[in-house]
Amino acid sequence: MNYETVIGLEVHVQLSTKTKIFCGCSTNFGASPNTQTCPVCLGLPGVLPVLNKEVVQCAIKTALATNCKVVEKCIFHRKNYFYPDLPKGYQISQYDIPVGENGWIQIEIDEKAKKIRITRVHMEEDAGKLIHSENSRSRVDLNRAGVPLLEIVSDPDINSPAEAYQYLVSLKQILEYLEISDCNMEEGSLRCDANISLRPVGETKLGTKTELKNMNSFKGVQKALEYEIVRQKNLLGKGEKIIQETLLWNANLNRTESMRSKEDAHDYRYFPEPDLVNIIIDEEWMSKTRRSLPELPQARRGRLKNEYGLSDYDVEVLTIDKNVADYFEECSKYFPNCKMIANWITGDVLAVLKDKKININNLNVSPEQLGGLLDLIENGTVSGKIAKDVFLDMVCTGQDAKQIVSGKGLVQLSDEGELVSIIDKIIKQNPKPVSDFRAGKQKALGFLVGQIMRETKGKANPQLVNKMLREKLS
Amino acid sequence: MKLHTLSAHELAKLLIGREVSSEELTKKLYGHIEKTDGEIGAYITLTKDIAIEQAKKADKRIKEKRDIGQLTGIPIAIKDNMCIKGVLTTCGSKMLGNFVSPYNATVINKLRENGLVFLGKTNMDEFAMGSSTETSYFKVTGNPWNTNFIPGGSSGGSAAAVASDQAILSIGSDTGGSIRQPASHCGIVGMKPTYGRVSRYGLVAFASSLDQIGPLTKDVQDCAALLEVISGYDPIDSTSLRMTSPDYMSFLNKDIKDIKIGVPKEYFIDGIDKDVELSVKRAIEKLESLGANIEEVSLPHTEYAVATYYIIAPAEASSNLARYDGVKYGYRAKMESADKGLLGMYENTKKEGFGMEVKRRIMLGTHTLSSGYYDAYYLKAQKVRTLIKQDFDNAFKKFDLLVTPTSPTPAFKMGEKIDDPLQMYLSDIFTIPTNLAGLPAISIPCGVSKNGLPIGLQLIGNYFDEGRILQAAHAFEQSTNFHRKKAL
Repeated sequence: MNYETVIGLEVHVQLSTKTKIFCGCSTNFGASPNTQTCPVCLGLPGVLPVLNKEVVQCAIKTALATNCKVVEKCIFHRKNYFYPDLPKGYQISQYDIPVGENGWIQIEIDEKAKKIRITRVHMEEDAGKLIHSENSRSRVDLNRAGVPLLEIVSDPDINSPAEAYQYLVSLKQILEYLEISDCNMEEGSLRCDANISLRPVGETKLGTKTELKNMNSFKGVQKALEYEIVRQKNLLGKGEKIIQETLLWNANLNRTESMRSKEDAHDYRYFPEPDLVNIIIDEEWMSKTRRSLPELPQARRGRLKNEYGLSDYDVEVLTIDKNVADYFEECSKYFPNCKMIANWITGDVLAVLKDKKININNLNVSPEQLGGLLDLIENGTVSGKIAKDVFLDMVCTGQDAKQIVSGKGLVQLSDEGELVSIIDKIIKQNPKPVSDFRAGKQKALGFLVGQIMRETKGKANPQLVNKMLREKLS
Repeated sequence: MKLHTLSAHELAKLLIGREVSSEELTKKLYGHIEKTDGEIGAYITLTKDIAIEQAKKADKRIKEKRDIGQLTGIPIAIKDNMCIKGVLTTCGSKMLGNFVSPYNATVINKLRENGLVFLGKTNMDEFAMGSSTETSYFKVTGNPWNTNFIPGGSSGGSAAAVASDQAILSIGSDTGGSIRQPASHCGIVGMKPTYGRVSRYGLVAFASSLDQIGPLTKDVQDCAALLEVISGYDPIDSTSLRMTSPDYMSFLNKDIKDIKIGVPKEYFIDGIDKDVELSVKRAIEKLESLGANIEEVSLPHTEYAVATYYIIAPAEASSNLARYDGVKYGYRAKMESADKGLLGMYENTKKEGFGMEVKRRIMLGTHTLSSGYYDAYYLKAQKVRTLIKQDFDNAFKKFDLLVTPTSPTPAFKMGEKIDDPLQMYLSDIFTIPTNLAGLPAISIPCGVSKNGLPIGLQLIGNYFDEGRILQAAHAFEQSTNFHRKKAL
């Protein structure tokens, strides 16, 4: 039987506000355990939460950017459950009135656009962390308790692991463009759970779903879903039932594993948080936020294409990271050939970033400096090949291209008088390739050019050498 | 001179005139506490070192004529559910029997700034759940008028401390009557302000949407003065009222001619004690004789108030008390072996750390919030709460104040109702509706029963209208002598 895959994703994103959602503690990652805490986030007797307005602002932005309807009156609920990392015995979250609902984002799949609907965007507080030690004791670190989170839930509109991957990439892009989170999956600032079920093609009723947790990369999500499809297909093929349960992805063994026995429908006993008042999001706040929204990835791709005449590929690569696109546009102010800038950024620049594992904002070469380097190529001062080395030098030293080129004597040899004697010398030294070329072997020319480049330590203008050599040998 | 028997405003004159020092007064009170508290049991913790230091500072302020408030140098007792930095805050529970707060409640900061002197922390029903102070893990508190009787609750320790002159003033908290009912039973003045008037930050939560801190005092003038000190907007309590508090003292010494007072007929029911009924009726006549217009009014949803309260308060409590799990602070059950794991630790901690009444309410609240029951209980209760609020809204379209008994009976005997929760709950039948509505109300002494126990009169005002309540209460007090009757 053929099955249709139905996937819904639940993304938790940690907001990069300076302070926690209900107290003034810092949200910085990596501090010593329990140093970023106060009576409020420790859940001491008698304390009360005060909502950080910045969190609401981030939530409204996200809701707008994902085309959600933003509610006018927003409330928090208490989600009650016991766990040592949850100091109050309840999580302050949103329940039936999330800040945003009924939105969508667009993803590209097989070069076609597809809309994935967003069920809801809601605010909540993060829990702390348990540190398990070997002697079967656990320690509690509450630095993370009260760090603001947004939960973004998709409708079950995703029909393949590849779509799920694309959805996550697109969503992450949007969040990064909004500059509300650093979206770092390793530090846990972006987490994703997946619900997946299968149903016979043509069937409209949803099948029994399983919930997948513990994936720590987008690829991990994709792999876990791929595994789960096979597992569910096998079961269904054998006429067995799918058990509704939570499964943990084991990235080492590449398989999903059942969580220890009972998860029997948690009853969270939600009720409205009496320690907080209603948040009224009025028209003024909404329109102010709307005006403050940055250009989002999709819009930017369109604009970059039209304004700079770039290819789909270039635009795609440049806009993955907002900062890279910003870098490109800044560079274009200093150098007119945009296609060339795009080639350089998508090639050498991104390679360096990947190699050094840094963000483009931490690159030692400013957009203006890159423009300067490209200028030197364009006006023939250096060859494209030499420029690559110059660029690496710039990355290390932070110096301007001009400085490096003149300091190291890398200026391209374009003086025909000087080149003629070198060309003559090489022709004399290599009678065999010369005759080969004259006999019609085009390859031999390349050899000769290479010899000349070697002789000039790569400084000879290759186009000029080519041209002159051909003239000499014809 | 028996300094400790005086009111705060009487003492303030002596302090300002430097006829007495705060230190002297404070020591005098500790002397009296030493003599009497063995019998009364008002205090859980005495904070003598802090008090003497505060008294000295207050004396210095007075001497230097610097930042002198109406209550600078006056000793006060504090209910043991308000956090004072470095002091035990037990909530009358084994669960917090070892909890020393690392921070101050907002109300504590306000009292400090005004130069009051903290005598100690007073006994209370465990987590403020009770009407007799008998559910305290630590001790029972005797009613100063007759120690075989309960002082009321849950702020029984605070009320008994003031009534037995072991404190000049005290503060308590009122979730369903926990200030007014003990004030009534101990023959003193107790006020629950409008919800949000006094910051709840640092008050250990019982039922967040109902809890409110307020004064317990020897007379109405002291009540006004203390309310002025503790009330005001607090940015760290989101439910705090964003308004400046009026000058409550300005409402005193005014007549009450033409003030319209409603008498809700639903508050004069079968089962109300005859002495209480008689005293309250006489008090109403007194108010009328002072010029007030008295008229009957109906608050038709009153009969549902207790049921509504016992859905909402336990629901919130079940969530508020979840944090006492043995993980971070407070009591943790000793585990014989680790094999029961986390769940075993949770279970034993809660089993051993909480008393019966607290467990009863946690179970009630957990049940009414659970899925499948939420709509029928919690949601329904919230709707009825709105109806009760509307009753009051309608009444206040016509009346300035409402007058009722504070409690249907005078104080009852120790042990009489402790095994009968429903009977116990009914002792708050007249105080609960105002908590549900969030309205301010006061209890003032209005009589003594045949067996020599005090009776309280409740005046309920519209939102933010504590001033008018104080005005009428003061006028009544000035023309009667009940507040001068002493327990001891």
